[in-house]
Amino acid sequence: MIEVKDVYFTYPNNVEALKGVSLNIRKGDFVAIMGQNGAGKTTLVKHFNGLLKPTKGTVTVNGVDTREESVAKLSRGIGFVFQNPDNQLFCETVEEEVAFALRNFGFEDKIIQKRVEWAINLLGLAKHRQSSPFMLSGGERKRVALASVLAWNPDVVILDEPTIGQDYQQKEKLRQFIVQLNAQGKTVVVVTHDVEFVAECNPRVVLMAQGEIVVDGDAKHVLTNAKLVTEASIVPPQISQIFMGLTDLGLPFDIIDVYEARDILLDFLGGDL
Amino acid sequence: MDDILCESRTVNKTLAIINTSGLIYTYPGGREPSLVDVSLTIEKGDYVILTGPSGCGKTTLCRCLNGLIPHFYSGKLEGEIKVASLTVSEHSIYELAKHVGLVFQNPENQLFALSVEKDVAFGLENLGVPREDMRARVDWALQMTGIYDLRERAPHELSGGQQQRVAIACVLAMKPDIMVLDEPTSFLDPLGAQKIFEVIGDLNKKLGITVILVEHRLDLASKYANHVIVMDEGKVVLDGKPLDVFDSESARLIGVGIPKATRLYQALRQSGVYLNRVPVNSQEATLLLQEVLTRDRG
Ligand SMILES: Nc1ncnc2c1ncn2[C@@H]1O[C@H](COP(=O)(O)OP(=O)(O)OP(=O)(O)O)[C@@H](O)[C@H]1O
Ligand SMILES: Nc1ncnc2c1ncn2[C@@H]1O[C@H](COP(=O)(O)OP(=O)(O)OP(=O)(O)O)[C@@H](O)[C@H]1O
Ligand SMILES: [Mg+2]
Ligand SMILES: [Mg+2]
Repeated sequence: MIEVKDVYFTYPNNVEALKGVSLNIRKGDFVAIMGQNGAGKTTLVKHFNGLLKPTKGTVTVNGVDTREESVAKLSRGIGFVFQNPDNQLFCETVEEEVAFALRNFGFEDKIIQKRVEWAINLLGLAKHRQSSPFMLSGGERKRVALASVLAWNPDVVILDEPTIGQDYQQKEKLRQFIVQLNAQGKTVVVVTHDVEFVAECNPRVVLMAQGEIVVDGDAKHVLTNAKLVTEASIVPPQISQIFMGLTDLGLPFDIIDVYEARDILLDFLGGDL
Repeated sequence: MDDILCESRTVNKTLAIINTSGLIYTYPGGREPSLVDVSLTIEKGDYVILTGPSGCGKTTLCRCLNGLIPHFYSGKLEGEIKVASLTVSEHSIYELAKHVGLVFQNPENQLFALSVEKDVAFGLENLGVPREDMRARVDWALQMTGIYDLRERAPHELSGGQQQRVAIACVLAMKPDIMVLDEPTSFLDPLGAQKIFEVIGDLNKKLGITVILVEHRLDLASKYANHVIVMDEGKVVLDGKPLDVFDSESARLIGVGIPKATRLYQALRQSGVYLNRVPVNSQEATLLLQEVLTRDRG
């Protein structure tokens, strides 16, 4: 679905942000891209809808080389939420903002109304439907950006730091929704520093450092590998940190889930009593 | 690292450095007040975590502390705010900036100079810091935030996390009496965030700088704080010592995030396994588990 082959990207100021990245994202994948500030995560995902074109190498989306297609066409099936929501909000009210893409794609009014209603409620924005997006709090603005993309139900969603500014309840709602989207066969790519969020979603994890991919594997193995994690400037999830301190007792360290942790501990105690 | 950290400052712990009473504020065009009867006292040298659901008024309160409200955002303000003995409504943002530094929630809104180091130096020029001292303070702040190598880059040509580091460096360099940080590590990688919390913790401990930190992820900074304020719908709903606040039932109801270490404690308790205390971070949980696992093994 998205094929990245040996991609290099250099910004006009000569910063080499990607240095030979190859990555294959299949339909229905759930991928989390993680890694240090400046590693090239945002630069990489901006290649997925043609916002940036490789300096060298190729990116193909559904078999089409992104250099041969307009951003507008490429974006038709790909919903993209920017790291900073201010770069994507421009309408006068939240409602208009959320309806914008739907109108643009020519949906019927009735459907637009329904989808807007649904997205506004999902993201907890009902109270603010008539407000200007620029008169909202930081977390609220991020949720407007999320709503405006999720409303039109794209086949691929790319979310750059979706949990920024969200409290635990909003984050949990968002997590459940993303997992559900993916279960319905949608392709989901999130860029995030939120290790606990990733531990709970349990996606495929791609770690980046200095313009390159360091490792590509399942969350449990990547996030509990102390060496890799340090290289990418992240920290293991709390549960794994706890278990790393218990390996002397013969317990495993590659545990990221609270309930799995509980069961292992109960087993250990039970077996001995 | 810290020549600058070691210059001593006399700390008078018992002095209220921030005091608000009956604060009610409505933004221009706002349908309802964003702050409702907020009365707070923060003492000199406090390390305060300010938390609460998205939209509850945290950023609005921060804006009251450095004078953006009422000098930049007009709207309707009732009640009184005193910061470093100054009544905020009677002193300009410029004057207040000598005492209060604010790291904005959105770093892009804080950066405007042509290079990273010019942005960091800008605040110092305003404070009238002599040229000779300026270089050292700028370099120190750039090093503390891990962006020394980026000092000649234009801020708009940086990644999100790099920009946020610049925004933090700007305020660190000024070493104001009061640092207000509005979700300062939301864009940072986890190791970077840890490092920033350490630097801020150090400034608080060694220089007695008063810290007000807005944060959703309580496990990250709780070990440094001595005071937690929880807001909901514009009101202050909890105000006290960290453990008292984290353990309270109402914190749970408002949806303040419970650290995973605490969740594991709760899951074990439901199955009849009791740890000696409630852990709030992984180190504590490991120690408490070691006790139980080795004791029960006999
Ligand atoms: N518009 C730009 N012009 C020039 N250089 C840029 C630009 N945007 C990013 N860079 C540089 O490219 C590199 C990769 O940046 P990118 O934004 O992809 O990082 P990131 O992994 O998303 O980081 P973060 O976690 O901080 O968001 C960095 O060194 C950054 O300074
Ligand atoms: N410039 C503005 N004009 C009008 N209303 C605003 C403005 N900024 C914020 N508000 C409203 O005031 C309330 C409090 O916003 P504030 O930014 O203080 O929340 P917050 O607690 O910082 O939230 P977050 O965690 O999402 O950043 C919200 O309901 C918001 O919609
Ligand atoms: Mg980025
Ligand atoms: Mg805020």
